[in-house]
Amino acid sequence: MATRSAERVITGDEAVRAALRRKAGRNIPELIIRWILLACSLISILTTVGIVGVLVFESAAFFSEVPLGDFLLDTQWTPLFADKRFGIWPLVVGTLMTSTIAIAVALPLGLLSAIYLSEYASPRLRSTIKPILEVLAGIPTVVYGFFALLFVTPLLERVIPNLATFNAISPGIVMGIMILPMVASLSEDALHAVPVGLRYGAFALGGTKFEVSTRIVVPAALSGIAASFILAISRAVGETMIVAIAAGQRPVLTFDPREPIQTMTAYIVQVSLGDVPAGSLAYRTIFAVAMLLFLMTLVLNIASYFIVRRFREVYE
Amino acid sequence: MTSQNIVQFDGPTILKAENVAVYYGDKQVLRDVMLSVPTHKITALIGPSGSGKSTLLRCFNRMNDLIRGARVEGQVTYHDQDLYDPEVDPVEVRRRIGMVFQKPNPFPKSIYENITWGARINGYRGTMDELVERSLRRAALWDEVKDRLHENALSLSGGQQQRLCIARAIAIEPEVILMDEPASALDPIATLKIEELMHELKENYTILIVTHNMQQAARVSDYTAMMMLTEDRNSATVIEFGKTQAIFTHPRDRRTEDYITGRIG
Amino acid sequence: MSLRDAAFESMLQRRQLRGMIFEAIAFLAILIGLLTLALLFYDIITSGVERLSWDFLTSFPSRRASRAGILSALAGSVFLVSLMSIFAFPIGIGAAIYLEEYAPRGWLTDLIQVNIANLAGVPSIIYGLLGLGIFARLAEPITGGRTLLAGALTMALLVMPVVIIAAREAIRSVPSEIRLAALGLGATRWQMIRGHVLPYALPGILTGTILAISRALGETAPLITLGALTYVPFVPDGLRSQFTVLPIQIFNWVTRPQEAFHTNAAAAIIVLLAILLSMNALAIYLRYRFEKRLMK
Repeated sequence: MATRSAERVITGDEAVRAALRRKAGRNIPELIIRWILLACSLISILTTVGIVGVLVFESAAFFSEVPLGDFLLDTQWTPLFADKRFGIWPLVVGTLMTSTIAIAVALPLGLLSAIYLSEYASPRLRSTIKPILEVLAGIPTVVYGFFALLFVTPLLERVIPNLATFNAISPGIVMGIMILPMVASLSEDALHAVPVGLRYGAFALGGTKFEVSTRIVVPAALSGIAASFILAISRAVGETMIVAIAAGQRPVLTFDPREPIQTMTAYIVQVSLGDVPAGSLAYRTIFAVAMLLFLMTLVLNIASYFIVRRFREVYE
Repeated sequence: MTSQNIVQFDGPTILKAENVAVYYGDKQVLRDVMLSVPTHKITALIGPSGSGKSTLLRCFNRMNDLIRGARVEGQVTYHDQDLYDPEVDPVEVRRRIGMVFQKPNPFPKSIYENITWGARINGYRGTMDELVERSLRRAALWDEVKDRLHENALSLSGGQQQRLCIARAIAIEPEVILMDEPASALDPIATLKIEELMHELKENYTILIVTHNMQQAARVSDYTAMMMLTEDRNSATVIEFGKTQAIFTHPRDRRTEDYITGRIG
Repeated sequence: MSLRDAAFESMLQRRQLRGMIFEAIAFLAILIGLLTLALLFYDIITSGVERLSWDFLTSFPSRRASRAGILSALAGSVFLVSLMSIFAFPIGIGAAIYLEEYAPRGWLTDLIQVNIANLAGVPSIIYGLLGLGIFARLAEPITGGRTLLAGALTMALLVMPVVIIAAREAIRSVPSEIRLAALGLGATRWQMIRGHVLPYALPGILTGTILAISRALGETAPLITLGALTYVPFVPDGLRSQFTVLPIQIFNWVTRPQEAFHTNAAAAIIVLLAILLSMNALAIYLRYRFEKRLMK
C-alpha cells in the first residue's frame, strides 16, 4: 500500500477499475464458507427427514401386517403376548390421563406464577426466583421419576385409598411440576411484551392492580400464553422417564388414575429394554406408536410456533 | 427537473452520480440525482431531514446493499467505473471509499486493534506500530492516546471515539472518505476538532460529508450539494450544486435560499 | 353525593380485598414450585448421602448394592457428552451464523426456522428411535451398532436446536453498528463475523452450549431406545465401545425392588445434580458477564 501522492492521475485509472473487479479470485473462500454454513443449517432439515423416514419405513412394515383399523379401533394392546392385539387406545388413554393431570397442575400454577413475577414481584425477587425456576426446569426427568415413585406415591398413599404403587396420579403431578417452569417462563415473556402504556391507561381509569393484571394484561398476552400452554401439552405427551418409572407397565383401557397404566412413551421404553429382535413385529410396534406420538407433538409444536409468530408481529 | 442549477465542476472528479434513483421496497426515496464529487475537496450534502442525504452517501460505497429491499438505479461511477456493475466487488469498493458513521462506532477492542484490524484484513504488510502512530497522528489523536493504546476504545470520550473511527478509516488508505453527520453526536469542542481535522485531511483525501448543520457546511466544505424533497414530497433529489461560497451567498434555487435563510427547516 | 361516595368506598374496599387475595394465591403458586424443589432436594439428599463415598465413585456396577459404584456410568457420561460436543457445537453454531448473517428471506429460510422450532419440541425418545434406525442399524458398519459413537451422534441431533436457538439469540444481540463499521472498512462478511460478531457473541454462545451439555447429561430415554446397556462394568475404550451413562444407571437402580439399590440411585442422583448445578452456576455467571458488557 503506497502512500498516496497528490499528483497521481486519478480519473479513468485503469488499474483501480481492474482492482474493483477482482471479485472472483477473492471471493471463493467466502463462497465456500457460505455453503458450509448453509449445509450446517440443512442438517436440521435432514434430521426431520431422518425421523420421518425411520418412522414411516418401520411403521409401513408394521401396517402391512396389522390393519390400520385394528390399530385405531381395537381396545386391547397385547403385542408382547401370545394372543396379540394391536389396539392403541390403552396407550393413548394412559398418555392422555397422565398428561391431563400434569396440565391441571402446570397451567394454573404456571400462569399464576407468571402473573406474579411479571406484575407483582419486585425486580429483586424476580431475579432471585427466575434462576431457581430454571433449576427446576433443568432437573433430569429420571430424577423426577425417582421422586414420583419413592416420595410422592408413598405420600399420596396416605391420602388416597386403594392407590396402587404404580399409578397415573403421582407421575402426573410430578410431571406438572416439571413443566411448570416452562409455562411460567413463556407466559411471563408474553405478559412482559404487553406495552406499559396499556397498563397505565387502565390504572388511570381507576383499576386496581388485580383488575389491570387479569382483565387487561392477561387478555392482551393471551396468544403468547396459549402458545406456552400448547407447548406444555406437547411436553407432557412426549415425557418418558417419569411415567416409565412411576406409572406402571399395564396397557389396560381404564380411566381410573389410581391404577397402573402404560403410556405410549413408557411402552417404547419397555420394548427397548427387553430382548425383542430387530425386524420382528413387536419391534415394529414401537415405531408405529412413535409415529402417532410424533404426529401428535408435531401438530402441537407447529400450532404454538405460528401463534407465537403472530403475536410477535402484533407488537413489533 | 432543476438541473440548470447544477453547476458542472470542471476540475477532476472522482465520484459521479447520474440519474440515480433509490428504492426501499416499493417506496422511492431518491430520484434523478446528478452529482459530481471533486477530487481532493470537501463536498457537503445539506438539506432538511428526510431529504435522502445519508441514502445518497451510502450509494457511493454500496452500503445500501446491506439494507433489505434497497435498490439503486442509474449510474454511480468511481474513476469512471460503474460501482453497480455486477463484476464489481462491494468489499473492494468499501476498501477504497471509507466511511465514518453518525454515531461513533469503535470496535469493543483496544485502540491499537481498532486501527490494525482493517489493515490486517486488507493484507497490509508494513509495521503495525508505525501504521498505528501514523494514522492516529493524522487523525490528531496520537498525543491523547499514545500512552493507552491497549486500553479499550470504549473508554475514550465521544469525540475521541469519532477521531479514532477516522483514524481507523484512513489506516487502510482509502481515496475517499464518506462522513455521515460525523459530529452530530458530539459537543461543540469535539466538533471543532473534527472540523479542523477535515481541513488537514483534504490534502490527501476526497471527503464527502452529510451534515444538517449549515454553519458547519459553510465552515468546512469547498462545494455544497443541496438536497430537497421533490414537489410531490414522495422522493428527494439534489436541487443545486456549486461552490459553497456561491451557494451560501447567491443561491439560484428559491428553495435553497429559503432553507439557508431558515424559512424551511 | 356523600352516600354514593360511601358506596364507592365500600366497593373499593371489596375490590382491594379481592386483589390482595389474588396476590396471595399467585404467590402461593410460586411457593409450591419452590417448595417442591426443596422437598425434592431434601428427599434425595437424605436418601442418598450415606452412600456417597470415594468407593462409590470409583467402583463398577455390581449385583450387590453395597459394592456397586458409578465409575463406568460417570466415565460414559463424560465421554458421550464430549464426543457429542464435537459434533453438535460447530454445526449448531454454523447454522445459527447462517440464519442470522447470511440467510436471504424466502421459503427455504422459513422452512429451516419452522423446522428448528419443531425439532426443539420433538420428544427425546423419538430421537432415540432416529438413532436406532440410522446410527445403530443403517450406519452400523461405521458406528459398530449401539456404541458410544452412535449415542453421541444421536445426542448431538437432540441438542442441536438448543444450541442453534441460543447462538442465534447471542448473535442477534451484537449491535449492528459494529457490523457496519467492519464492512465499511472493506471487510468481507466472514471477516466481519470472525473478527467481531463471534467474539462479541461468545459468552452468549457459551451459555447456550452449557445448557446443551446439561440437557445431554440428564437425558435417559433416547439412550434407552438406542440400547445403551445397563450393565457395563468397564470404562469405554474407544468410539465403538459399549457404554452406559449416569441417568441410565440411576434408572436401572430405581426400577429394582430392593431398597438398597434405591439408596444407590439417590446417591448417583446427588452426583448428577451436583454436576448439573455447577454447570448452571457457570451459565448464570457467563450470562451476567455478558449482560454487563452489553450495558456499556
